[in-house]
Order: sequence, then C-alpha cells, then structure tokens
Amino acid sequence: MNQHYKQPLQRSVFYPRMEAANVLAEWGNWGGYISALAYDDPEMEYTAIRNGASVYDLTPMVKYAVQGPDALAYLNRLTVRNVARLAVGAVHYTIWCDDAGKILDDGTLFRLAENSFLICCQERHLPWLSDSAIGYNVTVAEVTENIAALSLQGPCSANVLRKMGFAIDTLKPFRMVDLPFESGNLRISRTGFTGDLGYELWCNPADALALWDGLMEAGAPWGIRPIGTHALDMARIEAGFIITNMDFIPADQALREDRVRSPFELALDWMIDWDKGHFNGRRALLAEKAKGSRWALVGLDIEGNVSTEGSIIYHDKKHEVGHITAAVWSPTTKRNLAIAQLERPYDAAKSGNLWVEVYALRELQYVKLMLKATPTKRPFFNPARRRATPPGKF
Amino acid sequence: MPSFNHIVIGAGPNGLACATKLAQTGARVCLLEAGAAVGGGAAGYEFAPGYPTSLAHILHALDTRVISGMGLESHGLAYVSRDLDTVALSEDGAHLTINGAALSGDGAKADRAVYEALHAKLSEFARVLAPFKALTPPRIARGVGNPMVKLAQLGWGIRRLGRANFREFLRMILINVADVLEDDLSDDRLRGALAFDATLGAWLGPRSPNSLILLLNRLANSAAGKAAALTLPAGGMGAVSAAMQKAAEAAGVTLHCNSKVAQILVQNDRACGVRLENGDTYMAQTIISAISPKTTLLDLVGPAHLDTEFLRRIRSAKSRGAAARLHLALKSAPDFRGADLKSRLLVAPGVNAVENAFNAVKYGEVPDAPVMEITLPSAHESGHAPEGKHQLSAIVQFAPHAPKDGLEAARAQMLANSMAMLERFAPGIGKLVDHAELLMPQDIEARFGMVGGNWHHGELAVENMLFLRPTYDAAQYATPLPGLWLAGAGSHPGGGISGAAGWNAATRILSGKGGA
Repeated sequence: MNQHYKQPLQRSVFYPRMEAANVLAEWGNWGGYISALAYDDPEMEYTAIRNGASVYDLTPMVKYAVQGPDALAYLNRLTVRNVARLAVGAVHYTIWCDDAGKILDDGTLFRLAENSFLICCQERHLPWLSDSAIGYNVTVAEVTENIAALSLQGPCSANVLRKMGFAIDTLKPFRMVDLPFESGNLRISRTGFTGDLGYELWCNPADALALWDGLMEAGAPWGIRPIGTHALDMARIEAGFIITNMDFIPADQALREDRVRSPFELALDWMIDWDKGHFNGRRALLAEKAKGSRWALVGLDIEGNVSTEGSIIYHDKKHEVGHITAAVWSPTTKRNLAIAQLERPYDAAKSGNLWVEVYALRELQYVKLMLKATPTKRPFFNPARRRATPPGKF
Repeated sequence: MPSFNHIVIGAGPNGLACATKLAQTGARVCLLEAGAAVGGGAAGYEFAPGYPTSLAHILHALDTRVISGMGLESHGLAYVSRDLDTVALSEDGAHLTINGAALSGDGAKADRAVYEALHAKLSEFARVLAPFKALTPPRIARGVGNPMVKLAQLGWGIRRLGRANFREFLRMILINVADVLEDDLSDDRLRGALAFDATLGAWLGPRSPNSLILLLNRLANSAAGKAAALTLPAGGMGAVSAAMQKAAEAAGVTLHCNSKVAQILVQNDRACGVRLENGDTYMAQTIISAISPKTTLLDLVGPAHLDTEFLRRIRSAKSRGAAARLHLALKSAPDFRGADLKSRLLVAPGVNAVENAFNAVKYGEVPDAPVMEITLPSAHESGHAPEGKHQLSAIVQFAPHAPKDGLEAARAQMLANSMAMLERFAPGIGKLVDHAELLMPQDIEARFGMVGGNWHHGELAVENMLFLRPTYDAAQYATPLPGLWLAGAGSHPGGGISGAAGWNAATRILSGKGGA
C-alpha cells in the first residue's frame, strides 16, 4: 500500500469477478472505490432487479462499528430516531444532523448485539462520529474494508438463497440473521435499495469470491446477473429513495449557505423522536418546526417520456420554484418519474400549476420542452412481495 | 427540596456580583460555593501562620458598576494604596519608576517624551474600547437582540479617534507588543515592564501575535477613580471578598459554602436545578454558572444535553495557565537596591527577558530566569505578617502548565529559579525566607478550580474575546441549554478581580433577551 497514489481508486475484493463481467468497461468512483456503472446492458440489468435476481457490489459503502456500554446513549444523541426501539438483530434507516439541524447523512443502523452497532452510510464521518463520542464510553471505528458486502435484489433473490442452503423463510424485512458460510458466517439482512424483495449479504473478505461464485451458480436458473449503478439508480428512483450528494448536499460539505437541508425539507421528519430526550440538532429542529421550513422534497409525475434530470421547475411557467434531483422514465410503472426539491408552498397548497423545463437533445440539437408536473406520493413502486414473509417463490 | 428563582454556581467575584444584582430585584437567589469561603481568586487564606494572602494581589479591574451597584464601599471596601507606582527594577540599582504616563528615576529622561506620546495613544485606544467591557457581546447574526444603537455609538466612538489615530488603531490592534515597544522606546527597563504587563496572565510572549490588545485591555480598566490605576485594598483581597459577601447577603442572597455542585439537573430540555456532591439538590428557574465553562458544560451538564459541535468547541477552547504564585514569609524587609517597597516591583529586564521566560513553557520547561510582579503588602499596613516581619507576594511567569518533568520537579525548579532571580535584584533575600509557597498552574487549578490554572477560566486572547468568548453560541451568557447561563471569567470580558462578567450576565438575564 506504500505507493497507493499510483492506484487512486481502491479495488473491492470482488473486483476480479467484476472486471471479468464488465464487458462494457464502464466504471465509476464510489467513495474511493472502482464501482461498475454497467456490465453489459443497463436495461437488462434493471430487468434483473425487477424480474429475476441481481448482484451489486456494496463493499464501498462506508461502515462504522460502534461499540461500548454507552453505544445506545451515544447513537440516540447522534441520530434522530429512537435507538432503544431497535431490537438486537434489527436494522433501521436513519439520519443524523449537525447542531443547526441540517442533515449530515442518512444510512442504515444495524444492531448486532446489545452494545454493538454498525452504521452504513454514503459519506465518511469519522471526525464527526469521534467528536460526538466526547463524554461517552464508546468506541467508533471505520470497518469499511473489514466487511465484504453484496446486495442481492429481485423477486427471485429468496430462491437463490434457498438454493444455496440458507434458511431465510422466517427472516422479516429489516431483520438480519447470521448463518454458517465458508470460514465463518454470512450475515444476511433483508434490506436493500431497490424497493423490491432483496437481501444484503455481509461476509469476511476472505470468503468474498466464494460468495460471488456461489450466488452466480445458484442464481443461474433465475437469470441472476451483476448490475451496475445505472440500473440500481433506475430502481431506487422508482422506490423513491434519495442519495446523499445526489438528492441533497450533506451539511458538512455544503459550501453555499442555502444548500443545507433539514429533515423537514427532505421529508424525513417522520423519523424524529421528539420524546426520547436530547439529540443533536433537536433545539434547532424544534425552532424550525415552529417557524416553518423553506424547502420540501416531493415525488413528481411528469407528462411524456423524456427524462428530466437536473431540470428547473416553474410555477405557472414563469417563476422558478424548484429543481429536479433524480429522474427516470420508469419501465415498471410506465410513468415519467422524478424526485424534486420545491420551495414551499409549491409542494402542496400551490402545486397545481407546476412545469418542468427540459432541454431534450435530439440529434445534436436541444429542443426546449415545458412539461406538466404533478406531485405524487412516494414510493412510486411498492410491491407486496417486498414485505411478504415467507418471501414468495418466484 | 429548596427552590429558588436563580441558582448561581461559584462565589468568586463574578458569582457574587451576579447573585447580588439578581437578588436586588427581589428574586430568591441561591449562591453555591465549593470552597469554605467566598471570593475565588480574591478569597483570603494563610500560606503560613500569620501570613494571609489570596490568589490575586492587586486590585485594578474591579468594575465600577459592581462597586457602586453592590455598595462595596459601604460594606468595607477601602484602599491602602489608591495608585501604586510601578518600579522596573534594575540589577545595578538604577530603577525606573512608572506611573501612568509619568516616568521618573535614573535615566528617565531619555524615553520620557516618546513614552508620553505612546501612552497617550494607547490610552486613547483603550478608552474607546473600555465601554465594550460593560456590554453583552454582539452576535454576528440576525434577530439575536443585539443592542444596535449602543453598538453604533461605540463604533462611532472608535471612528471619532480621527483619521490618523483611526489608521493607527487599525494598524496596531492585532500587532504584537514587542514590535510597538521596540519601534518607539529605547529603555529596556520600560520595554520589559510594558511587555510584562501585556502578557501578565496570558499564554503569550511579547512577540506572540495579538499581544498588544491585552495591554489595551489592561489599560481599559480603572480603579479608585483613575484609568489604569493599580490599587491595594485595605486588609488585602480577602477584605474585598468580605465586602462582596456582605453586599450579597444584604441583597438577600442565600449563600452556601462547602457546597460543590456535582451535576446540573435537566428536565424537559431545561436546566432546572443542581445536585451537590453530598447529594443535596436545589431547584431553580435559571441556573447560572460562574465557574469555568469547560467544567460547567463538559462535567456538570455532560454531552447528553448538548450538541456535538458546540461541545467540541468548548472542549477545544484553550485554557493554559502560565502564571505561578510565589509567597514568601520574610524575617525582615528585603532590599531591592533601594527600591520603594510600597510600589509594585517588576523583575522584567527587557522584552527579550520576558520572551525568553515564555519560550520555556512552550516546551513544558521551567524558564531559567522567570519574570515577576512583586508586592509587599506588609510594607503598607499591618496584618499581612507577624509584627516586624514581612510578606512578599509575587506572580511569576512563565510556568509550564504541562511540565515535561512532572509537577513536583517543575515546582521545585520554578521555586529555585525564582529565588535565584530574586537574589539578583535583592541580594540576601534568600536568607530572609522563613517559609515559601509556590503555586504552579496545576496547583491553582486544583485549589481554585480554574481549568489549566488559567485565571481567566479560558485564555484571554483575541481569538477568544468578545463574541468568541467562550464560543460564539454561548458568548451572550445564555448557553444552548435553556435555563443555563454562564457568568464567569470564561465569558466576556474575562477574569481578574472584576465582577464585570457576572454583572453583565445578570443584566442580560434581567433584560429578558436571549436564553429561553
């Protein structure tokens, strides 16, 4: 590792298999790792998520282990949800804020044992997590490289695991189980970022390639295939999920004063437990709750089939009132979907006359379109199979 | 369970001033002191039988609002000296006497004119800055109750220095004091004295950036009706504490000594009481801490009720003490080669002498030749030493707050080096010593609760002044925890036997602005 500068992007333990499968050689940078954007056909990869089984390399996901007698108290002060209600063996989605109540990141919190937790998130936060530990008997360590992780998603994902011999029929959404695998255990959590039936698989890096190969072999009858970020992005927009630094700028990275967002402004205030005692940013959030927020995050249904990434939203085709952070023409719902930030009250009371300005590139010429947009509820796609326990045998 | 309108933690000058001002409105105020007696840095104690002293030994910053508002003179505040001369000692007996702008003594003529001009200029700057001390610091934000009219007046006061002086003000406000002294003056005794005064109580040398502003801060004080005067209270500092205690009790303050607070109690996100080390609890609508902000927020409140970034800033705030206290019980009067023992004696022979004494503490070492401020209270009045004997009281700089050889070795070395330095200026003084006490910064922290042994409860430096003291979201005396206020030296305008922070905090609390 001495000459790490010669390899500016790290390679996940799955890289040998990823490289072999990536016939398009489409790579991107995810958190300092080489990550596949597409392997051979993004549309077919998307189809695997919704109709078969898909595998995505999760290893670059930033992971922190939080352990110690004060771990629960520490996490309750750090995050907005009530961690006391998170059972051992369970997972919840959560966010944490700075002192001003602006969001630093979202992520999933795994309760591995009474005093042992794992935070999975998009950005790196060790200084913040360490500063937050002042006064708590707790250790915080980054363990990103200690855990190899794959996301197995799709209606047939449960069948793939069954075929590999894992007993997952009783595993409910947002629960995890440790089962013997190779040199140790495979941790299987019923979580994911596709809004579909799916699992995230966590193992010792030494067993990583065996896991990949086992999945590909067991999943062949269901058309399992590795997927890249392009396909995952289509699925996550259908599921209505947001991504740090794509749908909002984390407060510690924002350079412009008006870029930071509170939980109210990203429709995440449902997670706040006001009664659990103090948590970071609580006083600022109470003040914002009383005073009102500037922004709102909404799902949009847009006429036509031209995708609207990055477009500006107008009220009455005249006044700028927001912008789109993520968009896709959704193959499953057959709708033109977007996630957008709107200045209030254009998200609700004055949401009747919204227009999206799109510059559609048609054979080297932009065509300007004004498309009608209608706020609509998220998730856009939310199948019953996502929640069914035992999971269906598709 | 006893219940009050206000609980004030810490009965130093700020706690006493704050509690008294609040009680004067008819509120029920409880003042809790960890020690056996009130006064904090002004509390009297005996360092040897028959030798009373206190941490502070010269009264020069006691806020005039506190003196009149508490009626201290009617409660016994009196002066044995209303205007001490300062004598910059010389090893050859050619001492220089300084009082305000006036120089006298051997060779005083050389720098007289330039010093008068420099003193006038610095005093003018200090004069326009002085009113800020009596003000809640403004906050650089909207809708936070800034006294805009008052601030505009003060700002206009600075601008009215005139074009040339205003330019000089801007040039000099953040400069180091050594550059100023070496630009204008030639007399090493005078330069050493001013360099000493600028860095007294600071963790700075005269060549450290921003050291001049501390000299301006000192010149902005007044005592016994005179700007920048130095006074000795009759009966010593303990008498000042006694007068403040009488004033507090006369105002109806309920005072409890030997009552160390172990925890600030919080209910429904509001400070609502305190629990003492002995388990007693007291409840109140507001809790006001006149002890160190670090102790208050990190230890008594704790992280569960505070935000991460705020707490990190409080923890990171610098609080290094570099002043040691030396008390000597002397068989008879020492001879500083004829210097007037009723003056304030300075052993600070030049800017470099002060700078060199500071250099050592940067590396955790004891300086070979420390510099010091000396008074002999027994030369002024009886009661400071047994009949016929004398007491020498000195602040010795600079002492390492984190000695690399450990506290015991450093203390012994500091005492030895201090005595060697004294011997150079008062030959034979060593033979007169019956008893010696030397308090290192760690000793001061242990005995007086000042974090790091810093008597400002947090370094007084430009990056830690005004609206940055102790940090921006607690600089207006209210803390982010509703119901909890700061009123000690760790808040604007800092420490010394002043009471200004406590008075300002009480004023702010009574104004109904800020806090919750």
